[in-house]
Amino acid sequence: MSARTRELLSLVVVGTIVGSAFTSVYIARQEVVSTESLSYAFFFLGLYVAAHIVTRIAVPHADPYLLPMAGFLTGIGLTEIYRLNEDEAFRQGLWIVIGLIAFAGTLLALRRDYRRLESYKYLFGLGALVLLVLPAMPIIGKTVNGARLWVELGPMRFQPGEFAKIFLIIFLAGYLREKREVLAQVRLKDLGPLLLIWGGAMAVLVMTNDLGGGLLYFGIFLAMLYVATAQVWFVAAGAAMFVGGAALVYTQIGRVAERVRMWLDPWSDPDGGGYQTIQSIYAIANGHFGGTGFGQGTFTDADGNQLIPYVSTDFIYSALAQELGLVGIAAFLLVYMLFAARGFRIALLAQDGFSKLLAVGLTFCFTLQTFIIVGGILRIIPLTGITLPFVSYGGSSVVANFMLLAGLLLVSNRANARSGA
Amino acid sequence: MNQQISRLAVAGLVLITSLIVGSTYWQAWAAPSLADRQDNAIKVVAQFAIKRGVIYAGDGVTKLAVNRRQRVSDQTFYFRRYPLRGLTSHAVGYSTRARARTGLERSRNDYLTGANANLSTVLDTTLDDLRGKTIEGNDVITTIRWRAQKVAIEAFGGQCGAAAAIEPSTGKVLVLASSPGFDPNLVEKNFGAIQRGRGACPVAPLLNRATSGLFIPGSTFKVITAAAALDSGRYTPESTFVDPGYCIEYGQRVNNYDTTSPFGRINFSQAMQNSVNSSFCEMGKELGPDVILDYARRFGFYEDPPIDLPGDERAPSGLYEKGRLLPESQQGRADPGRLAFGQERMLVTPLQMAMVAGAVANRGVVMEPHLTDRVRAPDKSIVTRIEPEEMRRAIKEETAGQLASMMESVVSGGTGTAAQISGVRVAGKTGTAETGRAGRNTAWFIAFAPVDRPRIAIAVVLQNQSGTGGSVAAPVAKQIMEALLRLPSNSER
Repeated sequence: MSARTRELLSLVVVGTIVGSAFTSVYIARQEVVSTESLSYAFFFLGLYVAAHIVTRIAVPHADPYLLPMAGFLTGIGLTEIYRLNEDEAFRQGLWIVIGLIAFAGTLLALRRDYRRLESYKYLFGLGALVLLVLPAMPIIGKTVNGARLWVELGPMRFQPGEFAKIFLIIFLAGYLREKREVLAQVRLKDLGPLLLIWGGAMAVLVMTNDLGGGLLYFGIFLAMLYVATAQVWFVAAGAAMFVGGAALVYTQIGRVAERVRMWLDPWSDPDGGGYQTIQSIYAIANGHFGGTGFGQGTFTDADGNQLIPYVSTDFIYSALAQELGLVGIAAFLLVYMLFAARGFRIALLAQDGFSKLLAVGLTFCFTLQTFIIVGGILRIIPLTGITLPFVSYGGSSVVANFMLLAGLLLVSNRANARSGA
Repeated sequence: MNQQISRLAVAGLVLITSLIVGSTYWQAWAAPSLADRQDNAIKVVAQFAIKRGVIYAGDGVTKLAVNRRQRVSDQTFYFRRYPLRGLTSHAVGYSTRARARTGLERSRNDYLTGANANLSTVLDTTLDDLRGKTIEGNDVITTIRWRAQKVAIEAFGGQCGAAAAIEPSTGKVLVLASSPGFDPNLVEKNFGAIQRGRGACPVAPLLNRATSGLFIPGSTFKVITAAAALDSGRYTPESTFVDPGYCIEYGQRVNNYDTTSPFGRINFSQAMQNSVNSSFCEMGKELGPDVILDYARRFGFYEDPPIDLPGDERAPSGLYEKGRLLPESQQGRADPGRLAFGQERMLVTPLQMAMVAGAVANRGVVMEPHLTDRVRAPDKSIVTRIEPEEMRRAIKEETAGQLASMMESVVSGGTGTAAQISGVRVAGKTGTAETGRAGRNTAWFIAFAPVDRPRIAIAVVLQNQSGTGGSVAAPVAKQIMEALLRLPSNSER
């Protein structure tokens, strides 16, 4: 069976699962939801079949499981958003369409050889920088929920940081491929770029008030640096510097200090800073082992007020954990794990340094972002508001993640084509 | 580079594994304790999504607590309404979003929400849960006789006080009134107004004085002293005393209520009939504090009355020091003479005193008081019926008979004549605890009737009185008893 046929069959399985999920939301909430809701599932399956046709044309040898897994995650995410807020689900559906168009566009544009991106690496580096700084600009920059991460252009509002991370990965893959031998000798003068990027991550953190973003960018950088140079102590020194910098920021920026305090003891301010965390924990705990079932969780109080603020973006995980229970959410996390495993496998199979670094960067980005948001919700680390890849409500995030997926498929296609798979 | 990639992959997978471990912690390990937390809004919502059982009066028809169905956004909630307003507010309690539950609404919450587990109901509710069907709770039918309860509340007329009436042979609580009361319908929206209170006695309307209000028992405690004296065999009803109008204890005079006219040479029955302090003081000195308190324990003192109300709405009776029960090791220091007539830091609840009267009426056996008669499933089948439960035998049957005739003489020709009911033999005991300030007496009356076949045992207390137990509390007890005796017993229905 060819890779693409396996992909199609997996997509049918995913379509069935997502269809069942929509059906259970419909059954649980038929008083408020119409049968039209089921058309979401069909629409959704159609979209992915279209995406599948594009992969047949553009990347016939690529890994067959990544697209179905992305489909599973967006499908379950859309179901949950639909259950929480119908209007948001409609917009999210549109964003998935745009995301898949971006996915198809990326595949078709780069299907001959994506490696020419390497020659534009400094352009991507500069692009990443510009995107990161955009929200801090006056007029177009916008602060939402205390973090300055948004750019507003007329009716459009997006988070350039979501795209910056992909640009950063392309830049790093190109740059590290070129400089890895030099860097591996560990001479003091070569540490310049490292310090520069550390400074950049810190600057972003301070400018945008975004601890999660800073951690993500710096984590990607350290991971790729390690893969390129095999110097563990680079990672150790980098991590130490990040912790040191974060500690400094902790003492200087009240918002960050507050986040850490609420991480350690949210019940010290249950109606203020700790409210969100506490409500989210209650929501997760209410799922117990088997979950309440789709559409049957409790997200509003007896007066009809929303219990968890930002439940469809930052806290979608809490909603899913309540409705799916431990069994469901563990299966859900296993899909993330499988996605990451396939990504790392692609990096292993890739033949050239740029491809390896690109695949490893994209995969680690996906993994680390999942860890930062879910770990924050589960109080493993302090909470920072970033999106859960493919699942959270948010246009920029969906589109960027589909581009990330396209990148992985391109690398995979090349590796498999050359090895004759 | 492949070695580094493999290591990084392991690190990445460890990160996601930690998320699975984290979720397991919250959903399996910590979930039960989180579910019990008071501020868990999800659990509050879940409670109000249940169609709570109705609480009925003893007649099985009159509703004390019903549901008010309300749609909020896309969910149906059942909030409580109390049709009789403040009539049974302390016994029934309230169940609201803003406040914790109280009374039977709390102690019988498991039945009312259908959470009482046996295999078939668990299966049913689980299936309903899966279908997303509304869970229906079980109805609770109480033992409360609401007309008599109404008579009690009206008799208090806003004064501070409480009344508890039980059926001596079964422990069924027929009346449990605490004044001032409050309207449980206002708890949700206007809790502040309730706390501020209104009327002649604006003090602590939320306190259930009948089960957790502690009062100086005064001469009603003489029933326990007499029980100890007779039951221990040291005295008989014919034992004689000489009353000089006072009693000497630790070299000091302890006066009678009225020192101007000493009774002289009297027997035990006469001492009881006229509530002569000096005679009981002598008895107390002879018996000692340990014997008296031992008998008090037999009647249920020093433990929470086993009534089906939440623990913090019940209080044990006994010797108190600085707001706490005096430990048994310390009780030997107690002054036996004053203890014998209900002074000396002795504090009691009206329910406890009703249990004392009930034990005398029930030939010496204390029954466990209970407010719940039966629990009924939505399909009208009986889930459980509360059977009469013996707490223990407090005194011999013979002693109970002797006490009964002494107490009958109190009503027929002693201090409690105001409680006489024509055609019914009533036994009782008055009590007036003086606080030394005018208008600050605590007036008591405990009684049971009819003497030959007792159907009611009652205790009534009124605070801040200028009159005596015989003049103030006895008439209230009489009204309640009349209301109870005129009604048919609810046990046949």
